[in-house]
Amino acid sequence: MDKIHSLRQVAAIKHSLFEQGYLDEQFIQLEELQDDANPNFVEEIVTLYYRDSSRLITNLDQTLERNPLDFNKLDTIMHQFKGSSSSIGAKKVKAECTLFREYCRARNGEGCRRSFQQMKKEYATLRKKLETYFQMARQAGPKETAFRPK
Amino acid sequence: MAAAGDVFLPEVGAGKLHVLAVDDSHVDRKVIERLLKISSCQVTVVESGSRALQYLGLDGEKSSIGFDSVKVNLIMTDYSMPGMTGYELLKKIKESSVFREVPVVVMSSENILTRIDSCLEEGAEEFLLKPVKLSDVKRVTDFIMKGEGKKGVKKSHKRSRSDDYSPPSSSSSSSISTAFSSVSHPCDLSLPASPSSALLSKKTRLSI
Repeated sequence: MDKIHSLRQVAAIKHSLFEQGYLDEQFIQLEELQDDANPNFVEEIVTLYYRDSSRLITNLDQTLERNPLDFNKLDTIMHQFKGSSSSIGAKKVKAECTLFREYCRARNGEGCRRSFQQMKKEYATLRKKLETYFQMARQAGPKETAFRPK
Repeated sequence: MAAAGDVFLPEVGAGKLHVLAVDDSHVDRKVIERLLKISSCQVTVVESGSRALQYLGLDGEKSSIGFDSVKVNLIMTDYSMPGMTGYELLKKIKESSVFREVPVVVMSSENILTRIDSCLEEGAEEFLLKPVKLSDVKRVTDFIMKGEGKKGVKKSHKRSRSDDYSPPSSSSSSSISTAFSSVSHPCDLSLPASPSSALLSKKTRLSI
């Protein structure tokens, strides 16, 4: 009975992540690549994402300090960041990246700074939620990926 | 996958395609590697165009005489990479006498028709929109497997529109390829709703 309860909790967390727009279809695509030999593939990818992208965030922070702003460089870094975010299904983060790039193209420094702050919030929120999700999924054991949110 | 009468030549080591994947993103490299392994391929992943050329022996470091070139059945490369772009890598591969027949698939997160067009013109087999799905990889590898098994068919690196390639049974395809004879030219594609562009998935957003 305990296991059923855990599985339900995991399914509920996952469902809300999708309902609230934190994750998109790509996350499901990644889960479908898991098997008995690679049961933690998604968690590994997400861990890799947070490790790699922190470097990009530092880079963006530093580049935003400059005066005048190098919008081309900002756009290039953000393109990379957006790509990785898209690869893990980070929907809200990806949307903020798109907005940031639009501000870059419009040469709007204030807009860039604002959307960067917002992006970092979404990025941090998602990280916490995914940590919880993976922890619960591990506790519940296999089969949690059988729940596909509507 | 093999039909009766197909001959699998020794180059396709024990029925497995050897795929070289090129991407500067560590996350994307891990994903494409997994997608290819699930699709029963042997995978080599590198992080840049120059590393790819090094691996293929096209970087001018080794003499062509006595160099046993590595056997690769398919190259999948990201488009936007620092240093050498996927397009530049594609050109170098097509310029090589050893590797020009190897199919090259370009991947990009940006759906830019001129970009797609220039890659296909340069001889890319297909252009996939990122994030790349398992169905995309399976379709590409299945197609290559069939091609490798029928070595009697001469394939030029510039695909002709009338090549007899049967479209995939799955309707969701996020790739654009010259193999679909119903399309006259990628740039001629109009709104997704029209029948002639049925091959475009709902994911591709045309800015026409």
